[in-house]
Amino acid sequence: MIQRTPYADAFTYVLMALGFLLLLGPFAVIVAGASQTVQQVNAVPFNFLPQNQLIVNMTAAWQRADLGTAMLNSFIMASIVTFGKVALSALTAFSIVFFRTPLKHFFFWIVFITLMLPLEVRVVPTYAVAADLFEPIRLLIAWVTGITVSIEWNLLNSYAGLTLPLVATATGTFLYRQFFMTLPDELAEAARMDGSGPIRFFFDVLLPLSRTNMLALTTIMFVFGWNQYLWPLLMITDPAYKTTMMSLVALLPAENGTPDWNVTLAGSLIIMLPPLLVVAVLQRWFVRGLVSSEK
Amino acid sequence: MDKRAVFRSWWLPTAFALPQLALIALFFYWPAVAVVRWAFTLEPPFGGSAEFVGLANFRDVFADPLYWNSVVVSLTFALAGTLSTIFIGLVLALAVDRQLPGSGAVRFLYILPYAIAGPAAGMAFRFILSPERGLMASVNSVFPDFWNPAKYGSHALILVIVVFAWKWAGYTFIFLLAGLQSVPKSLTEAAAMDGSGPIRRAIDIQIPMLAPTLFFLTVIMMTEGFVGADTYGIVARTTDGGPNHGTDVMVYRIVEEAFRGLNYSGASAQSIVLIGLIMIFTFIQFRFVERRVHYK
Repeated sequence: MIQRTPYADAFTYVLMALGFLLLLGPFAVIVAGASQTVQQVNAVPFNFLPQNQLIVNMTAAWQRADLGTAMLNSFIMASIVTFGKVALSALTAFSIVFFRTPLKHFFFWIVFITLMLPLEVRVVPTYAVAADLFEPIRLLIAWVTGITVSIEWNLLNSYAGLTLPLVATATGTFLYRQFFMTLPDELAEAARMDGSGPIRFFFDVLLPLSRTNMLALTTIMFVFGWNQYLWPLLMITDPAYKTTMMSLVALLPAENGTPDWNVTLAGSLIIMLPPLLVVAVLQRWFVRGLVSSEK
Repeated sequence: MDKRAVFRSWWLPTAFALPQLALIALFFYWPAVAVVRWAFTLEPPFGGSAEFVGLANFRDVFADPLYWNSVVVSLTFALAGTLSTIFIGLVLALAVDRQLPGSGAVRFLYILPYAIAGPAAGMAFRFILSPERGLMASVNSVFPDFWNPAKYGSHALILVIVVFAWKWAGYTFIFLLAGLQSVPKSLTEAAAMDGSGPIRRAIDIQIPMLAPTLFFLTVIMMTEGFVGADTYGIVARTTDGGPNHGTDVMVYRIVEEAFRGLNYSGASAQSIVLIGLIMIFTFIQFRFVERRVHYK
């Protein structure tokens, strides 16, 4: 370092320790509470030392909230959403960056405006669309031809309903777009001179180059998909399709029942684990995805 | 957009973009049109087709004191959440950026809370900051009724802000650290040569150089506080908007009115107001990005 600054260094360590307590402390409380008995977890003052009941509590939570089904569904949902986003946004970004057509501006703005329409503000009509997917198409046919057709497709209680409305992504599209724009023009020109058409250029040149981008996008989108709360809550009434975020309610101690928060904490620990692992193991990619997608 | 686009075709890009555009049309634009339609019409309670009522729905919404309550709650939530996440993130980023031994490990750890879903974190915090058990029970046993989010709306609001700050501090930290790393080393070194210590350098050089990042994060966090998916989840799973509407943020109120109150017109009118707000935030954000790109 440029300077010897013992006091400032000590102060820096104090700050880092405070940050550690603040941000990691809650995890310590969750783990400690999840490994205690009902009496221990309700003790005042709280005992921060983990005990030996973790597996017992996790098993109890697993059964109480049927976490096997929920974890599987959340995994399926997060995977489909992630795959859909990574694939479709690459296609859209390709069409926005590499073609000489006025349509590309139109595509760009269509994607851009979705940033201003978060799910929470259009939740009821989105639900209505999912309940009756072909309504717009029916209306269009009736308007154009005057014929009333009765095709219906109901997405409620299905993986399609759980995932399709979440697949469109402005963030992902802009991440690819930005990356594509950093590539030298000569790349596409060289490919064209060598006789490759746009489709071949996309699959054989662009996609292999985008590997880093895809990995970064995959990590943030998996966490996003796993952590979805509101949409599954509306879409799913059939317990066979419920996700982990919906099981949270079932994990709460019954009102006026035994305050077995140890089981609740053990259950929420299980639910927190998959995205936590993704961020911990793939942190380099996760951070890269976050920082570059928000620019 | 300035890139020399090389391929000439109109149908091929359309085909490539179509899957995502179709999803956007179905699940974003079509519903958005419905929101606008509902906001200006009213469905008669005993069936029949909706009637155009002009701005009546907006008048009803604005005449409702509970609506203004949700505006105040949302504003408090977003402001307090933004300030605390940015403050924590900034202090930690400045500390980690000094690259003392061990800072690599804490840098890794600080990001972890961001992986946790808001609702899951909210439920854990219901225990951690519960009045009867967890950490605050000891305080309550000395000063009875010092802390009770189940009883006092203001305490509940503090609770949801704490959950929000806990989750998002790691996020602001990432951006501020990235910002600090792009501050030219020659600047801080020159200041050190002139005899200024780390704290003086932080205040006079590093924080001013971070101004664009700080501004950008303010906009992002305000948007997140007002309409973030996590905001809804945190409130729903931590306090259910209560007690006595103390944590009834605007998004929570919209979803509640629509699905519990079945008041689609009122909910849609509130949605329109919120969409207007997001448009303002997005506009500010992109104006700023333009400028930063320009000065680079």
